[in-house]
Amino acid sequence: MPRGHHDVGGLPGAGPIDQSQHELSDWEILADAINQALGAKGVKRTDEMRRAREEMDSAAYRDMSYYERWIASIEAILIEKKILDKQQIDRKLAEFDTKWGRP
Amino acid sequence: MGPAVNEPTGKFKAGDRVKVKFEDRPGHLRTPWYIRGKTGRIERVYGDFLNPESLAFGRDGLPKRTLYSVAFRHPDIFGKSPHAGDKVLVDIYDHWLEPML
Repeated sequence: MPRGHHDVGGLPGAGPIDQSQHELSDWEILADAINQALGAKGVKRTDEMRRAREEMDSAAYRDMSYYERWIASIEAILIEKKILDKQQIDRKLAEFDTKWGRP
Repeated sequence: MGPAVNEPTGKFKAGDRVKVKFEDRPGHLRTPWYIRGKTGRIERVYGDFLNPESLAFGRDGLPKRTLYSVAFRHPDIFGKSPHAGDKVLVDIYDHWLEPML
């Protein structure tokens, strides 16, 4: 098993930690809210979310921002638990694209 | 009345010398790569918790596992460094640890 893409503690060359403040976008706040709500409803647990992030494609994982990973792992867990299916999600996204245009 | 039911079930107490298992298997592993195979000392016993390596797959997390704060010498983990006197503290579950005599 290669070392997981999430497990990079102690690797050399990481550089200094970026400690600058950054504003959250509305969608990031919403991502957090959905995550909290699904947890409060007992739909998923933090450990499942972590596992979903660990199982992601490594290149995709590295390309994503923090909350993009959250959204991707929420999607994976909801599909795994058969609460939503991929077609439903893609259909809804297509609706949003039509309504608001692609981001 | 007695606190016995809440006694941690793990093998170790504060001060015990332990070695982290060098395990690698599929699944959700809660012990970071850089600390596997290293030797340290139990700093603190937190108590028993549902096993996150089981919860990660939607299972019940039972049996509970004892979680410890384990202290390592900085040079033992990162080699020569200007922080030679520092301790590296890592939270590690009982099933990842074996005794060092």
